[in-house]
Amino acid sequence: MRSRETVTAFPPQAVWKEEEGILQLELSGDWKLGSEPEFSGESHATWPDAFQTAGLGSFDSTLPAYLLRKLREADVANPTLEGLREDLRGLMELALKVPERDEAKTQRDQAHGLSRLGTLTSNAWLSLLSFLDFTGDTVLATLRFFTGRAGFRARDFWLTVQECGAGALPIVALISFLIGMILAFVGNVQLAAFGASLYVADLVGIAMVREMGVMMTAIIMSGRTGAAFAAHIGSMNANQEIDALKTFGFNPFDFLVVPRLLALLLMMPLLTIYANIIGILGGMLVASTVDIPPQLFLTEMLTIVDLTQASLGVIKSFFFGAVIAIAGCYHGMNSGNSSAAVGESTTRAVVTSITAIIILDSAFAAVFTVLDI
Amino acid sequence: MNAAPDPNAKISVRGLTMAFGSYVVMRDLNFDVREKDIFIIMGGSGCGKSTLLRHLIGLKEPETGAVFYNGENFTAASGAERLPFIRRFGVMYQSGALWSSMTLAENIAMPLEEHTGLNHREIRDLARYKLALVGLSGYEDFYPDQVSGGMNKRAGIARALALDPEVLFLDEPGAGLDPLSTRRLDELILRLRDSLGSTFVIVTHELASIFAIANHSIFLDTDTKTQGATGDPKTLRDSSKNEAVRLFLNRGEKPNTAKTP
Repeated sequence: MRSRETVTAFPPQAVWKEEEGILQLELSGDWKLGSEPEFSGESHATWPDAFQTAGLGSFDSTLPAYLLRKLREADVANPTLEGLREDLRGLMELALKVPERDEAKTQRDQAHGLSRLGTLTSNAWLSLLSFLDFTGDTVLATLRFFTGRAGFRARDFWLTVQECGAGALPIVALISFLIGMILAFVGNVQLAAFGASLYVADLVGIAMVREMGVMMTAIIMSGRTGAAFAAHIGSMNANQEIDALKTFGFNPFDFLVVPRLLALLLMMPLLTIYANIIGILGGMLVASTVDIPPQLFLTEMLTIVDLTQASLGVIKSFFFGAVIAIAGCYHGMNSGNSSAAVGESTTRAVVTSITAIIILDSAFAAVFTVLDI
Repeated sequence: MNAAPDPNAKISVRGLTMAFGSYVVMRDLNFDVREKDIFIIMGGSGCGKSTLLRHLIGLKEPETGAVFYNGENFTAASGAERLPFIRRFGVMYQSGALWSSMTLAENIAMPLEEHTGLNHREIRDLARYKLALVGLSGYEDFYPDQVSGGMNKRAGIARALALDPEVLFLDEPGAGLDPLSTRRLDELILRLRDSLGSTFVIVTHELASIFAIANHSIFLDTDTKTQGATGDPKTLRDSSKNEAVRLFLNRGEKPNTAKTP
């Protein structure tokens, strides 16, 4: 703030006046940041024919910035800099040396109203198409792998398996244990009113194996593994590592997407089963505090949770795993070349996969209802 | 109608137009790179040097025109048909672009594992030899983020050499290196050309390097959006008919007066 205190006794002024048909701009005083210059006789979109700078003191970037703005407004082809003091003139010449890029200007102009809406719509459609395209390519690459015509490094696959499988155990355990407890608490409050506390076991069992186990696992994996896929592949893209793969004759799909997809397809069902068991244990713990011993809880639960019910969540987990892997890899591969773009693609990967998971889950709910399972 | 490619040239480019959508970067490029040439792609910043390189190695498709290797059409080949072409060239990217999850030796080993039937030990020996060629003996088990930028570039060259390519593409090998490292890199390039008989295509605008190593070049002119000149850069500097080329090669000083005695 010190610089503001040193603002001088010569207030900056810009006086526009016309003498004998010649528009003159008289600049005087000290032009400093924050010194609020006085303008008089100014009109829009004009450029003076001559300058007077006899009264001009010192100046910083404020003055050239003002002149450049007036010049852009007036849009004259060969602006005169006649009469400008030498130092100011030098700066203006430097700023005008390379003309404003035309394309940049038109790009700005186009970004208005309806055309922007149109661009947004067509972009949304195009990105949906390219996502489907990517999914198709992934399926083809996976088929190539299973027919033995494509390969990746086994180590990459096992590293991913370890990272998205064993590495996720603690967080999945914590979340599903808490979810099981919450279900039991909430269920018990309602069921106790009917004297039907025992059915808490059925509620927790069904809710965990059909919905909550797989759903929570999928959401955790989106944030954990899907985001990691997008960030890793995105930075490989930014660093031209994917180009390097291509020019050595490696197919990036075979090499980057397939191992990640297979790893998640393998680990998601296992994690889901694990989450189901931990969730039920959580419910059991809460139930034991309201006089339902674990043995009774288990017996009651198994009257309704059979293998069919238990398999529903596991079936869904395959699909959710595929969605997470494809969304993560897609956004990574299509990431831009800057660190900001990598961050953005990570966000998109998580948003896409969570949205797709919820939509898929509703579709499954509808199908299971129709099939009466 | 495009002229026929020169069957004796290592690389022939005919009527190449590069564009991003409707934005044309360069149009109608025609040049030949002969065997054992050190060919420079030069031009001002943002003129499309790296884009031209990406066209030559098939990472971008030309709007019109074609790229030929030994008289065979590379542009018309697609998918698996490109593999035999790709196997004959090596690329070093601007930042090295080593695969960051692998050690330097593994980076070099990977193309060998994929494209040759060599056993583990032979591959290990080859990787060590290629690293030694670029002066990185003893760094086999380092990861790319554990060594300096210059070492990354040299390891990038070693990886480009992995499959004993006929043509090596280097994207700005000297950028961001100190003058001595640049000098060593130039010597490395000359020595590799002389002893391996490789052809080099190099994107750069470091004048000292250009005059030290190149015997052939193309100048991309931003104003006309096409090639300004082709030929030996030393000849172009002194007697090119295109003023932009002479200005560029003389650092903007008046041509023919800037020469030191």
